Amino acid sequence: MNIVQEIEAAQRRDVPKFKAGDTVKVHFRVIEGNRQRVQVFEGVCIKRQGHGTRETFTVRKQSFGVGVERTFPVHSPKIDKIEVGAIGMVRRAKLYYLRDKIGKQARIREKLQ
Amino acid sequence: MKAIIGRKLGMTQLFTEDGARLPVTVIEAGPCPIVGVRTTDADGYDGVQLAYQSVDLEDLSKPEAGHLKKAGVGPHRHLTEFRGTTDMNIGEAVTVGVFGPGDHVKVSGTSVGKGFAGTIKRHGFSRGPVSHGSHNVRAPGSIGQSAWPSRVFKGKRMAGQMGNKRITQRGLTVIDVDPSRNVILVSGAVPGPKGGLVEIREDVH
Repeated sequence: MNIVQEIEAAQRRDVPKFKAGDTVKVHFRVIEGNRQRVQVFEGVCIKRQGHGTRETFTVRKQSFGVGVERTFPVHSPKIDKIEVGAIGMVRRAKLYYLRDKIGKQARIREKLQ
Repeated sequence: MKAIIGRKLGMTQLFTEDGARLPVTVIEAGPCPIVGVRTTDADGYDGVQLAYQSVDLEDLSKPEAGHLKKAGVGPHRHLTEFRGTTDMNIGEAVTVGVFGPGDHVKVSGTSVGKGFAGTIKRHGFSRGPVSHGSHNVRAPGSIGQSAWPSRVFKGKRMAGQMGNKRITQRGLTVIDVDPSRNVILVSGAVPGPKGGLVEIREDVH
């Protein structure tokens, strides 16, 4: 392993296994002034992109009828924890088609535990 | 004088304490033994000559080997002189330890060569129309006026060699230093390809 890879490996954190289509709950630390609190962003992971320490994932949810997407670095120290809920059964890696679907059509088939 | 010679290993990112991502360049630098010291009395200026990267003796010419032997330094491939004074003696090695996190530095290197490039790539000119019979797609356009001055001004931006030229990037900050592995992390990008030779010097604002 070369030095650059070693530096990157040292940055990596333990992250649960999840992929596009899974429902995830991201506990994200927010700093407001000098206070710190944990904000939860729950939705469907629609993509994972990049690799190593640079990897990011995007979570999409409906908030008051408006679609909201948020991208997080997978290994960000600001992420308190990631909870993986339902495992989605999807046939592609990037679920951009969800952006054009609303209501019932925007559902994802879930894998039975 | 705070300066060292090294090799660019590549770029990566680090997370800062507040969770922001910070692009950094990893440079393997030193140890660089001091081969010569220039003084105002003897040479008219102050300078320090450093050597970098040890090699087999057979790889050097006799004059190069002799020059290093005179200083009591083993065979090294590269020699560079930096302006400034030092309190170290000839033969002692400069390591990455001379720099510390937070130091402002400038990094010089030879930029990635792009060959003979046109004005669009080299200077960011706009291209002409590609349809309606246009033959002016990547041409530079007019390069001056006719009756006066009847010549092309010096320094007119035109096609030519791009890159493969010494570039100094200023305004960089040392993020981390690892003396055990001779590694230094510098914020942002540094000229040259991976494996390219770079000089790190202290940057006085």
